[in-house]
Amino acid sequence: MKLTDPEILDRLQTRFPGSLEVVPSIDQPTVTVPREMLLAFAEHVKRVEGYVMFNDVLAADWFPARPRFEVVYHVYHPEKYQRLRFKTFVDEDQPLPSMVDLWAGANWPEREAYDLFGIVFEGHPQLTRIYLPDDWEGHPLRKDYPTAGPRVD
Amino acid sequence: MGLSSTQQEAERGILLTTVDKMTRWAQKSSVWPATFGLACCAIEMMSVTSSRYDLARFGSEAFRASPRQADLMIVAGRVSQKMAPVLRTIWEQMPEPKWVISMGACASSGGVFDNYAIIQGVDHVVPVDVYVPGCPPTPEALMFGILKLREKIQMGLPPKYLELTQGGAS
Ligand code: SF4
Repeated sequence: MKLTDPEILDRLQTRFPGSLEVVPSIDQPTVTVPREMLLAFAEHVKRVEGYVMFNDVLAADWFPARPRFEVVYHVYHPEKYQRLRFKTFVDEDQPLPSMVDLWAGANWPEREAYDLFGIVFEGHPQLTRIYLPDDWEGHPLRKDYPTAGPRVD
Repeated sequence: MGLSSTQQEAERGILLTTVDKMTRWAQKSSVWPATFGLACCAIEMMSVTSSRYDLARFGSEAFRASPRQADLMIVAGRVSQKMAPVLRTIWEQMPEPKWVISMGACASSGGVFDNYAIIQGVDHVVPVDVYVPGCPPTPEALMFGILKLREKIQMGLPPKYLELTQGGAS
């Protein structure tokens, strides 16, 4: 793994001692953040560390494990050309803080995660479906959603 | 061994026919498709108008951007649940008589996409006259489908939606 911001993980761990878990990864520095600290962590990453560009938020469903959703954020430092990945775990009934106030680019990706996984982002300006029709029931990328959908034919 | 009467008429520059046959001939010779590419199949649909395949020989090369100017809807690709109402609206906007070709495995049956998002066959949404199999069908296959449709029109068979509503009477 080639790093253009080599001390990033050390600095983050000094700033948030004992709460981050570094995940081995082959492409970019990755940490797991507890859900309660997510917003504080994100603010630090953007305002202090300068990761001002938001690439994406992804989700993985580990059903039937609990908490079932792994939510993964990708951010980028455009001057150091460095990417950073941080993730957290949530359950269906646990909302996550929305990142839209920090990174405007989080708007549509968060709607996508809401649409397909049903993850709720608190504070999102317009958390509605983005791909599926508005009257759709359920969240199709969940592992307990029928592959063929609620179709009758 | 004289000329047949038709040939004699033709010699004089006159051909006799019925208005009905004449209309059918005109209809089948200018089947204008609506531009409705939905997925990978649309690439083959586009190439059918290219000089290599030259659909213009059969008068069907004029893809219309407005459904109000089209007689034929070629459903080229998989139809998603979200696209289905749009497809139906466009079909309803087409003037009668109108025909539908379901192009490819996806449009005909859902193809490999047996999932929540894709309609399992466009005939759930609009009445289909000709199904063209393949994934994607070659341009020749689509052209064969269009030729089959021309035959159907020439024979005076009603479009599928009339067949369904009027029980086969044309
Ligand atoms: S039938 Fe094949 S080529 Fe056509 S839309 Fe489906 S997957 Fe694409």
